Order: sequence, then structure tokens, then C-alpha cells
Amino acid sequence: MLDFNPTSSNDTRSGFGAGLLELGRTNPKVVGLCADLIGSLKMDAFQKEFPNRFFQVGIAEANMMGVAAGLTIGGFIPFTGTFANFSTGRVYDQIRQSIAYSGKNVKICASHAGLTLGEDGATHQILEDVGMMSMLPGMVVINPCDYNQTKAATLAIADHQGPVYLRFGRPKVPVFVPQDQPFVIGKGWHIHEGSDLTIIATGHLVWKSIEAARELEKEGISVDLINIHTIKPLDEELIIRSARKTGKVIVAEEHQINGGLGALVAQCLSRNHPTKMGFIGVHDSFGESGTPDQLMEKYGLGSKDVIALGKFMAGH
Amino acid sequence: MSHPSLPELCSQVRRDIVRMVHAVNSGHPGGSLGCTEFFVALYFHHLRIDPSRWNMDGIGEDLFFLSNGHISPVWYSVLSRRGYFPTSELTTFRKINTRLQGHPTTHEGLPGVRMSSGSLGQGLSVAIGAAQAKKLNGDDKLIFSLHGDGEMQEGQIWEAAMYAAHHKVDNLISTIDVNGQQIDGSTDQVMSLGNLRAKWEAFGWQTLEMNGNDLQAVIQTIEQARTITGKGKPTIILMKTEMGKGVDFMEGTHKWHGVAPNDEELARALNQLPETIADYS
Repeated sequence: MLDFNPTSSNDTRSGFGAGLLELGRTNPKVVGLCADLIGSLKMDAFQKEFPNRFFQVGIAEANMMGVAAGLTIGGFIPFTGTFANFSTGRVYDQIRQSIAYSGKNVKICASHAGLTLGEDGATHQILEDVGMMSMLPGMVVINPCDYNQTKAATLAIADHQGPVYLRFGRPKVPVFVPQDQPFVIGKGWHIHEGSDLTIIATGHLVWKSIEAARELEKEGISVDLINIHTIKPLDEELIIRSARKTGKVIVAEEHQINGGLGALVAQCLSRNHPTKMGFIGVHDSFGESGTPDQLMEKYGLGSKDVIALGKFMAGH
Repeated sequence: MSHPSLPELCSQVRRDIVRMVHAVNSGHPGGSLGCTEFFVALYFHHLRIDPSRWNMDGIGEDLFFLSNGHISPVWYSVLSRRGYFPTSELTTFRKINTRLQGHPTTHEGLPGVRMSSGSLGQGLSVAIGAAQAKKLNGDDKLIFSLHGDGEMQEGQIWEAAMYAAHHKVDNLISTIDVNGQQIDGSTDQVMSLGNLRAKWEAFGWQTLEMNGNDLQAVIQTIEQARTITGKGKPTIILMKTEMGKGVDFMEGTHKWHGVAPNDEELARALNQLPETIADYS
């Protein structure tokens, strides 16, 4: 279905904050850590209600990853919070050795990912994090698309044994995922059945792809629309089935096209069902300052870019 | 068999170290030999542990973390001699399919190891997290960790130092192996550490010092450290050691940091180290 009528907007980071608070009440093993960004990460409610299970780390992300790894020894489930840039690139070796290679049950929760961080500019707009995290053996990588999905994902990852990278963002975006939709790690959401063209979207590009699919359907292009929230492990079965049906696949993401979801889908399809593909993402460049909407437009991540690529791939 | 004495264990562990690195012509004998008394005292005198009931969470036990993972030979020898795994497994050190990786890891499930280490500067943070987990669990046992002095050049150590004092992590006894050597030369030549005692005290830690190659001093100082836990501050022990201790031609030089002895050098080393228990095979 494509007839979503979102009545509200909210930020995905607030979905994380709500999920964490709920976990605090239901799972005494969940603990929180934050590197001087409690408000930005929406961790304040958890901190207030569970001060003994919350650790302010200060501006020291490397130490935060190590302390989180240590807290798992004794059975706790640490959720670390900082911006996506400081959750990944800054601390890659700490995650690699102390968390991933050590098999620690740490949930790395990362806000302000991608261009939609906006005015702070390229220093903070990480567009390489999904690639880095996906390369780590055993790491689960999740990029939810709205408030409800982010909240559901936050709850779900507490029950998964092992390291998880949960990526979300800053701006308020439409809330359209049904509140009661179960979140299953590794299982995509088949949003709309179609036969001419597959669009696979993750994160903030899901809503933009819904808008695009509506327009493409008006033009007579039948769109098979898939939301992949779990980038690793990838729902290969769903992707291959759709590619067999349509023979044309677009992947849309707020990330470098090198190393992102598109690259993983391409690898999957080249092994199983070689398919013509198109990529919506950032093409080997850094971002810059601007409003989220301006940046998404300038870097080719808007609905109109998905529509244009869709028409081109469908031969219109 | 009667229990071997701690000095007898030290001699046997040193034999294990040089034999292990010789067998694969790689590994780090220097720091391992220098820390032998520390590991023997810790595992055979101080730690409240039960190797037969090893598990990752270690509830109700003292836990030890090795941050300078390259001195794995001494740790592996002591873990096996303490009963965590058969001494025969020491023959697999650094070989394909081994649980005794060049640097320690949890990945192959080796009993006694709770984190991977090798990339320096990370172990103090992990030890602090484990200490906080003990507090959350109402577990009154302690966390111990060991770090190299060269590791003090890593920034994360000082992030962790600040954090532990701020959060009053007072169930932690960390030790620094101050042997004054690192790969490219002495620490004074490569990147001088300045006054380590003053630095740690400025960061809010209780600071003790000991001669790490004097078994009695090690035992007494760690006992003393135990008595000052639970008072709102983390504890650091600056442990002076001699790299390569126990093998005369390896002592006091960085040359043997990461170099294995050849056949002739191994024979000379073993001649200085009585076989007090039984060599592994």
C-alpha cells in the first residue's frame, strides 16, 4: 500500500529515547551511556528515571566503547549514545577489538547520521558509518525510517545477543509505520507490491521513496517497494524475489553509495540474480552546511531524484 | 604432588615463555619475563577464583584484564598452570587453529580471557566497565588489570583515568608495568612519560609503587592495595620491572621486546631457569 496519511512528524532519535525508557522499565539489565549529548540523543528520560543505570562519560567516546564492553561482563546490556560520526569513525578500533572481536553485547546507538544533521556541516555528517559497521564480523546494522520503527528497533535489539549498530537521525520526519508493526531483525518490510521496478529504501529515504512510488504509479510504472531496515543481516530472500519479478532495482539511502546498502544489495544480486541497478546516495563527496531539505536536494537524495531514476530505469 | 612454591612457579613459567616463543620464532618474551612474579603472585596468591567454574560473567570472583596483550606468553603459561586449560595446549601458541592467539582473545573461547587485547590503550576502559558491573550486581569482588608503560602514550588511558575517578570506581586495582622500554627504544627516548606517579595522583587515583621482580614486595603491595579499595578512589600500582628478567642476555633492553631466541639462545636461557614442575609437552 502507498496511501499513508501521516498525521504527525517526529524525529527518529525520539523513537530511540522512548524505546530506551521502556526498556529501562522492563529490562533491569539495560544500562545507558552517553558522551555529553544526553539531550540530543533523547536519553534524558532514562537518565532521570534510572540514574544508577546511566553513566555520563563526558567527551570521551573511545572510553565509552570500552566501558560499555566491560559492563557486559556481569550480564548488563549497555546502550551507548552519541552522534553517528563519534559512534563509528572516531572509535572504530575500540569497537573492532573491545566489542566486535570480543563478542560483547553492546548496542551502539547513533543519532544525527547523514546529511540531515544539517547546519553543523560535513565534520558531523557521517556518510560512511554503515559501510564501516557492516564490515565488522558479527555486527548487526539497523537503520530505521521513522519514530515508530526506531522505537520498535530499540526494543528488539535488547533481545538480540551480540553487538548492534542502530543508526537514526535528527530531523522530524513523517510518522507512517504502523505502531503495532512487529520489528524482526533481518526481515524487510514489503511496503507495496509492483511488477515493473523495485525500490529498496532505508532510513530517511523510505518516506521519500513512498512519495516517489506514488508519482511513478501515476505514470504507469508499477513499483515494488521494500523497506530494508536491517542492513546486516540482509533480507536476501525478499530482495532476490523482487529482483526476479521486476528485473530492475533502485537502492535509496542517506549514505555514500560506496559501502552502503546499495553495495550490499548489488553483491547479493550479482551472486544470485544479476540485475540492472540504480543508486540513490551520496557519490563520493563530503556534505556541507545547509538545511536538511536543501542538502537532500543538492546531493540528489530527494523524492524527485528517485522519480527521475525510476523513470529512466523503467524506460520512460 | 605437593604444591610448588611461588619461586618454583616463576622459574617454570619463565621456561614456558622462552620455549613458547622459540617454538614459533615469534612473540614477546621481554615483557612476559619481566611480569612473571606479578602473574604468579596474582593467580596463585591473590585472585579469588575457581578455574573449574570459569564463565564469562565471573560473578562472585575477582577478575583480571590484560591490556598489553602482547605479553600473552606469561598469561597463557600462568592460566594453564593455574588450571584454566591443559599445559599441553601451550604447544599450540600462535599456530593455526589455536585458542592461544598471538594476542589474547575471547573469540576462540579460551577460558580465563574476557576481552581481546593487543591494540593498546583499551583495557583500562573495559576493566572499569567490569568494575561498575560488579557494583551494579552487588558483587564485592575486585577487578585487576595490567598495562604497559608504553601504553600510557595512548590517549584513551587518560580518558579512562578521568572517568574512573569521577565515577568513584574504587573496586579496581590497576598495575602499570614500568620497565621503561618500548619497541623503538627506551620510553625516555621514544616519548617520555614524565612523572607517572604525579600524573595518576593528579587524575585522582590512589598510587602505590613496588618492585615487580621482588615476589614478596608484589605480594605485600597487592595486599595493601586490597585494603585501600572501597574508599571512593581507584588504585594504581606503578610496578618497576626489568624487561627480560631471569635470562641474563635479555635483561634490561628493548631488543627482546618482540624477538624470539634461536636454538642456541634458548639453551642458554633454559640453563638459567630450573625445571621446577615439568615442562609442558
